[in-house]
Parts: sequence; C-alpha cells; structure tokens
Amino acid sequence: MSVLQELARSLTTGEVKTVDLTHTLDPDFPVMILPPEFGQCARFRVEEVSCYDDRGPGWYWRNFSCGEHTGTHFDAPIHWISGRDLPNATVDAIPSAAFVGPVCVIDCSAQAAADEDYLLTVQDVTDWEATHGEIPAGAWVLMRTDWSKKSGAEYLNMRDDGAHSPGPAPETVKFLVKTRDILGFGTETVGTDAGQGAHLAPPYPAHYILHGAGKLGLQCLANLDQLPPTGAILICPPLKIKHGSGSPLRVLALVEG
Amino acid sequence: MGRPRPKRQGYDGVVAAVPVTIPYQRFSPEPAHWWLARALGELVRGAGITPQEIDGFTVSSFTLFPDTAVGLTQHLGLSPRWLDHIPMGGASGVVALRRAARAVQAGDADIVACVAGDANHVDSFRNMLTSFSRFAQDAAYPYGSGGPNASFALMTDHYMRKYGATRADFGKIAVAQRANAQRFDGALMKKPLTLEQYMDARPISEPIHLFDCVMPCAGAEAFLVMGDEMADDLGLNSVRILSTIERHNAFADDPIQDRGGWQLDVNEFWDMADISPGDVDFLQTYDDYPVICMMQMEDLGFCAKGGSPDLVRDNDLEITGSFPHNTSGGQLSVGQAGAAGGFLGLVEALRQLTGTAEGTQVNGAAVGVVSGFGMINYDRGVCSAAAALARGHDD
Amino acid sequence: MTDPLQKPPKKNPQRRAVLPTLPPAFRSRKALAFTAAAAEGRFCLQKCNDCAKFTYPPREACPHCLSMDLSWQDIPTGGHLIAETLVRTSTNTYFRERTPWRSGTVKLDAGIAVLAHIHGDVARGGRVHMIARTDKSGKGVMMALPEQEVENMGDDKQLRELTCDPKHRRVLITDGRTEVGQTLAKTLGQAGASTVFVGQAEDWRSFAGLKNLLDIPNVEIMPLDITDTISVQNCAAEIGGKVDILINNATHIRPGGVLSRRDVVSARDEMEVNYFGLMRLMQAFGPGLRARGADGVNSACAWVNLLSVYALSNKPEFGVTYASQAAALSLAQCFRGEMAGSGVKVVNAFYGPLQDEWHQPLPPPKISAKVLAREVTAGLQQGLEDVIIGDVARDVWQRWVEDARVLEKELTQIEGM
Repeated sequence: MSVLQELARSLTTGEVKTVDLTHTLDPDFPVMILPPEFGQCARFRVEEVSCYDDRGPGWYWRNFSCGEHTGTHFDAPIHWISGRDLPNATVDAIPSAAFVGPVCVIDCSAQAAADEDYLLTVQDVTDWEATHGEIPAGAWVLMRTDWSKKSGAEYLNMRDDGAHSPGPAPETVKFLVKTRDILGFGTETVGTDAGQGAHLAPPYPAHYILHGAGKLGLQCLANLDQLPPTGAILICPPLKIKHGSGSPLRVLALVEG
Repeated sequence: MGRPRPKRQGYDGVVAAVPVTIPYQRFSPEPAHWWLARALGELVRGAGITPQEIDGFTVSSFTLFPDTAVGLTQHLGLSPRWLDHIPMGGASGVVALRRAARAVQAGDADIVACVAGDANHVDSFRNMLTSFSRFAQDAAYPYGSGGPNASFALMTDHYMRKYGATRADFGKIAVAQRANAQRFDGALMKKPLTLEQYMDARPISEPIHLFDCVMPCAGAEAFLVMGDEMADDLGLNSVRILSTIERHNAFADDPIQDRGGWQLDVNEFWDMADISPGDVDFLQTYDDYPVICMMQMEDLGFCAKGGSPDLVRDNDLEITGSFPHNTSGGQLSVGQAGAAGGFLGLVEALRQLTGTAEGTQVNGAAVGVVSGFGMINYDRGVCSAAAALARGHDD
Repeated sequence: MTDPLQKPPKKNPQRRAVLPTLPPAFRSRKALAFTAAAAEGRFCLQKCNDCAKFTYPPREACPHCLSMDLSWQDIPTGGHLIAETLVRTSTNTYFRERTPWRSGTVKLDAGIAVLAHIHGDVARGGRVHMIARTDKSGKGVMMALPEQEVENMGDDKQLRELTCDPKHRRVLITDGRTEVGQTLAKTLGQAGASTVFVGQAEDWRSFAGLKNLLDIPNVEIMPLDITDTISVQNCAAEIGGKVDILINNATHIRPGGVLSRRDVVSARDEMEVNYFGLMRLMQAFGPGLRARGADGVNSACAWVNLLSVYALSNKPEFGVTYASQAAALSLAQCFRGEMAGSGVKVVNAFYGPLQDEWHQPLPPPKISAKVLAREVTAGLQQGLEDVIIGDVARDVWQRWVEDARVLEKELTQIEGM
C-alpha cells in the first residue's frame, strides 16, 4: 500500500484523526485593537441575502465581510515591513508545500495561567527539546497557552495600558528562526506577539523577525491541548487572495491514536 | 364716507312662487341628483309647465360632487340661458332669490328654478366636514374636529359671557320651534320637547347640548322666480320681494363672531322695503344653532345688539304667539338637508305668504322676513343675507 | 391643577394593542411653513411686509392690502382666552377616542384671534402663553398654556399628545461607550424614564465610564453593535416591544476631507456606523415603535438621531464624516416619511463640535456631554422635531434656513481668499 493509501485507510478507521484548531468566524469574536488614528482590523460581519423568502424563495445565503487578519488567520511575510521586499511573500505566491507539515506544540499553559504577560524563553524551547527532540527545520512551532479557552474581554484582556496576553520573547523568535529554521510560528492569542509586544525590542518581535526572514504566522488557534507535543501534521492553507497579506482560514491537524 | 351710493333697484315686477319641499329622510342611499330631480319635478308640476320652459336654473348642494349645476343641466334635460351654482350654505336661498330676480328683471331668463338638496349617507357628514374649506383644514379641524358644533359652541360661550344669555334662553327658542314642528308634516323630529328636557340633554360640545344641534338628513327644497305677469298667466299664487340684502366676510377683524353682515346693510334693508320690524308677521331665521337665531334677530333690527335674550324672554315664539319664529320648526326640528337648510326658511315663508302653510299657517300673514347665514369657512359664518317678502296681491 | 401622571400598570397580555389614529393631517402648502416652524418649537405667523399686519390662517395674499409679500415671522406668545368649548363628539376617530377635548379661541397680544388646543390649567377667560408644536399627524398646531408654568404641566393629557416626555417611558440609548451616551442615560433617568436601556458594543474590550453607567438607577445594559445586523436584530427581539424612545448616539467620526485621506477604509467605517448602523436600527426597531404610537401612557413616541449640524452643509475639515451624516440625515427624512401616521416623532438633534477627543484641537465654543444631554432631553419634553444644540449649530442652522446655497459657499471658503 502506498503512503497515501495507508493514510486514507487510517482516516476511515480512526487511527488518524483530524483536530480542528479553528475558532468559529463570528461577529462577536474579538479582533486586535490598534490606536484609533490607524486603520483598524475589520470585524467579521454577515448580511443575509435571502432565507427561503421573497428575497430568494428556495435558498439561504449571505454576504460576509472581514479583514485579512480577522479570527483564526494566517500571516504572510508581506504583512510586515521587514518582509516587504522578499520574493513569494504573499498568500497567493507562497508555495503550497508550506501549508502542510510537521508541527511542534510547546505547552506554556501553566506559565500563562500564572502570568498573563508570559514570554516564551529560549530555555522553554530547549527544555522541550530535551524531552521531545530537536525541532526539525521546516517545522511549524505553536505556543500552547490554553488562552483560547478564554472568551470576550478576558480573551483580549485590554486595559488602559494595552492588551495583556502571552507571546514569544525576541531572543526566542531569533533562535527559532535563525538556529532552528522553522517554517512558521503560531499562537492562541490575537497576534503572534505578546499583548505588550509594542514595548519589546524590536517592537512586535514575532512579526518583525519571522516575516523579515520569510517565515509565516498563525493566530487565534484553538484546541492546541488536543495535539501531541510532536508527531502531528498541521494543515493551514490560506485563501488564495491576490497580493494577500494573510487570510482567515480553517486550520486542521492530523493526529495519530 | 365717500360718495352716497345710488339707491338700489327694487324688485318690482318679479315674484317667487311654487314653494316645494321634498320630505326629508334621515338616511337615504339616493344621491343628491335624485333629490334635486324630484324637487325640479315638483316645481314643473306645481307650475303646470314643461321642463323645457325652465330657462334659468340655480343649484345649491354639498354632495353633488363631481357635478355642479352644469352637469345637472345635461342630467335633467334642461337647456337654460341663465345658470348659476350657489355654494353659500344657509344663505343660499336668499342669494338664489336675489340672483334669479335680477335675471328675470333684466330679461335674461323668464322662469328660473331655484333648487337646493343634499344626500345623506352614513358617512356623508364626516366626508363633507373633512373637505369643507382650506382654512378649516389648516386651522380648525386639527383642534378637536368638533365640526360646526365646536365652532358654534365657541360663539355661544362668548355670547353667553358677553351678553348674559342663558341656556334657558336658547332652550326657549328650541322648545318653541319643536312646538311649531308638531304642525308640520315633514318634520323629522316630532317628539315634544320641554325646557327641562332641553336643559338636561347630554353635552355635545359645551356649552352646546343635544337640542341645540340640527339633525343632518337628506332632502330638497325649491321655488320658482318669474315675472308677476307670467305668474298670473300661469294662475299661480305669488310672493312679492320688498327688499333683499347680502354680505360676505363682514367684520373680519372681530376676534370672535357675535354680529353678521346684516348689521352693515340693515338700514337699507328696511328703507328699501319701506317697512319696519313691527310690520313683520313672522321671522324665519337660519337656525343651525339658537345663538345664531339671536344674532339675526339683533342684526336685522328686531332688538339692539345683546337684546335678544330679553326679546326671547318677553315673547311667545310659536305660530300663534307674539313673535312667530321658524314656523315649520326650523332645521332644529325639521332637519338639515345640507344646502336645502338654506332654503328651508324661504320656502316656508313662501307657503305662509301664499296661504298654503296648512298646519303651520300664521293667521293673516302678509309680510315676512327670511334670513340666511352660512359657511363656517374657519371660525365664523362668512355669508349672510336677508329678504323681506309680501303676499302677492293686495286683496 | 394637573394631576400628576401615574406610572402605567403592566400591559395586559391578552388585549390587543391600541393602534394609532390621527388628528386631521392634511394641510395646504402655506400651512406647512407653520408646521416647519412648529417642528423647531417656534411660534410663527405670516406677516405682511408691506402693511406690517399679521394674518392667520395661512394664505396667499394679505387680506388688508392684497400684497403678495407675506413672510413667516416669530410672534409674541402672549394672549387671552376669549371663548372655549369641551368637544365631546367628533367625526375624527383620534379625537373621538380622546374626548372631552378642550379647545378655544385665543386673542393674541399681536392682535388676531386663533383657534387652539387649551391646557387644562388655563383659567376661563385667562391669560395664556402660546406654543406651536407638531401633533400626532406630524402637523403644526397651536396650544395655549397657562401663562405661568404650573406643577405637572407636562402631564396634561392634551399637552402630552404634543410632546415626547420621557416621564414613565422606556428609553434606548444605542451607544453607552461614550461620555455622551453615559450622560444621556443619566439625564433621561432624572427626567423620569422608567427604564434606560443602554447599548454596548464589543464587550470584549472595556471602556472608561462603564462604572458611570452602572451607577445610574434603572439602567439595563444591552449588547448592541449597530455594525452587526444580527446584534441589532437580537437586541430588538429582546426589547423592541419595550422601547418608547430610541436615541441613536452612535457615531464614527474621523477628521479629514476626501483628498486628505488616501483610501475609503475609514469612510466605510463611518458609513457602516453612521448610515448603515442607523438603517439597521430603523429596520429592526422601527416596526415596533410604529405599532405602539398610541399604546397608553408609555406609548412609543420618539426616534432621536444625533447628527452634526454639518450634515446639512459640508465642512471639509471633517468632510468625509459629514458626508456620511448627510446620508444619515436623508435616511432620517425617509424614515420620518414612512413613520408618518404612527404618532412617533422622528427627531433630529443637530450639534456643533463636541468636547470629545476627535474635536480636541478645535477652538471653542464646543458642546459638553452635559449640555448635549440636557438639550436633547428638553427637546423631547417639549416635543420638538428639530433640536438645535449650541451656538455653532444655531448659527449654521439659521444660515442654512436663510439660504443653503450661500452657506455652502461660506463653509467651503478658504481663509483669507
């Protein structure tokens, strides 16, 4: 049997399961908030066109609108100024191989529960590697914080001095990108960066360093607690939008056992 | 002030004849055209002429829409050489008489039929009120839509305060008219009325109560105007016109109406007739409300302004009394058939002066005065008119 | 003495709601000028510019000198009640349901006599103070009030038909996130509103002033995001039948004219809130208000739009936002036309620059949230349809009424040129 036939068989028997790592696109789902002088992230909105009624008797359909970075979404390198000149930096140009691949899940849920501003350290990564092996080149790395179990105001956790949510420290991003050559980094919060990321050096280090190196980002992920630390396959193809900086998407993982 | 006016031409040689009343009905599905047609039919039968001999025609009606007098000529087969449409409500009768008389005197017409009539369907009254006049629409209806009852209630309230009239004074007028109506076959309201019943009646729009109000109904009234020789040739009893007056929108600056246009021309009225109020055998006033009867008594010179409460208290207003008033019962007891109400008093006066009033006949009636009033365009009656009439032949 | 209005009992769920009926609605074109003035609360009559006499009812020519040059002018409001009646029967269903109805003849100090509604506390033959207001048909009428204000004057049955008094009514304020929204809630509560619903969008982010809201008695915070159709529908499904006065204070303001921006992104947000948000509210809440215009003491009575006065005529420094407000104003006019006959007044409250963060660099005079709330509340208590708030708005409004074309030139004139 070929590898794919084996995979097909495993999917029907349940030896390989899909795990949905996506939040439902919903008008009430929080988006990131920028200072009011700047353009804002469009919220997800729907307008019903017809619902088996005089506007369309036999069918139900709607128009929706949102930003490229609304809900569970994908960041392409072109999204950040540091990646503006890279080749194949838009969602439509990234080779599709990047959208399927091995994923490492680093569990910081205890630390994030204790400290809303927890930053993932290099030590956290190397500690993880001591148990699960070195992060392979070309892998996705996801920072599990169980933040996706929060909702509403607790999720964005916005106060007068900005948002408070966990993310990676600048050194950690540099390490993952330069030393480990990961493919992309993902989080359960609204951004790949910590809520207070503006105050780090460089500001928003995950965005700056990842995309400056042509790496990819995923945010607003859910159910990371259903993934093994290693061994799962991540599937995350963004919408093929011309010159897109990102898009909302369905993120799945294939998990054994 | 200014040049003295030349004396108005009198009404020598012109007479009125053939008083016609088509008995009223409270509600009738028939349109105004039907009522007017019946009246016209009675006129030609009463005069012994053919319809084609009618060569002058005036019409007064509130419910003839979309037709006017013009439509009726074709509808009723008339071919007049003189035509008028007189939308003056309670003043229509006297004004029709004036117009027709001049036409006959000038030779513009030989036999003029003057008709008035209206339908009364269940929603006729409301429909008429809602489109009565621009001023009423803009500045009266929005304030309670009480209709004429409210408008005249205001006048009554003011009049009572200014001149000391009491409800009992108004009641006496209504009660006397009801007594008169007992003797008139065509009256719709025959139930006897006492002063106590009048006083106890339910309020409609204070201080107006139930028996101050006419009953709208369907009906028609009519008469002919022609030369006196023509009347003699036809063998008709006729009535002479001693004088008439007409005035519209008088005293516009009075904040509220307590006098009408008659006051401006009252001297001319009596001078032209060469009689005085004491010579009058009966008075038919336009009685949409008792306060207006009082206003006409005063403005026509039967007493001073504000003197009619005393006049009413001091007189017996019934047919056999000292001051016969509204001898058939007036609109208050006979009913108001729309514009025909403006002819009611005149037609009854013609019956009186031709000796054909039957049950309501005032003994020896030789001279009578008819007064018309009408058209609450906004807050007051705009039209006023009066005629002094006399029995046709000195016999 | 007017009896104070009692808090209404709970609605009997087994009885059909009383549907709105209307006083006579038709007016001539000239009479509509009286209505336009009454919408602002101005008592105006036609005055002849040749012989200087006032005249009424509205007409085409002066009845004293036949001049065609008549213009509407403010007239002294004092007068004297010279006759009155208590109407007990009427061919009009609205009045029939509300008899006895007091109306009368007033001799104005200005010299002419008019028919008017008469407040219950005016003495027989007494002095009066005249007001002009729009009635349930949306047309201008006159009412005579006691010359001196009396206790519970607004509770007079006939006067309450002309006003949108919040007393005993339930109010929805669509945006509680701003100081204006919070102050409106407080002021309307103080004016006697029985419940003040306050809309709050995006509860996943906090806002200063939440505590202010929670401190107000009878406040109920409702999730409401007027850019989200489902949110608006859900809110209306829950409280739509209980909103007697809806005040839409949600606005999205950004500086800049067309050329000072390089995209339509912010403009879309402005339209989404200022125009489409308004439209969503109208579609979701309008039908309920329209049906409840005669629904007892706490009947539905007003829809209030808060608009910049520059919705009337654009000023480029905030020109794109003002354009979205102009769209909202036109929609409000459409809505007013569709709500005609409901007994619910569509009120436009126009304001000049506010004391908020977006107008921070502008010089005074600017309007505080307190003044705005006070004027909107007073406008409702008086039953106005055009509420003009603050010196700047009054100035712009007057110029707009006099000649809108000249105002456009003034507002787009470059300084010093």
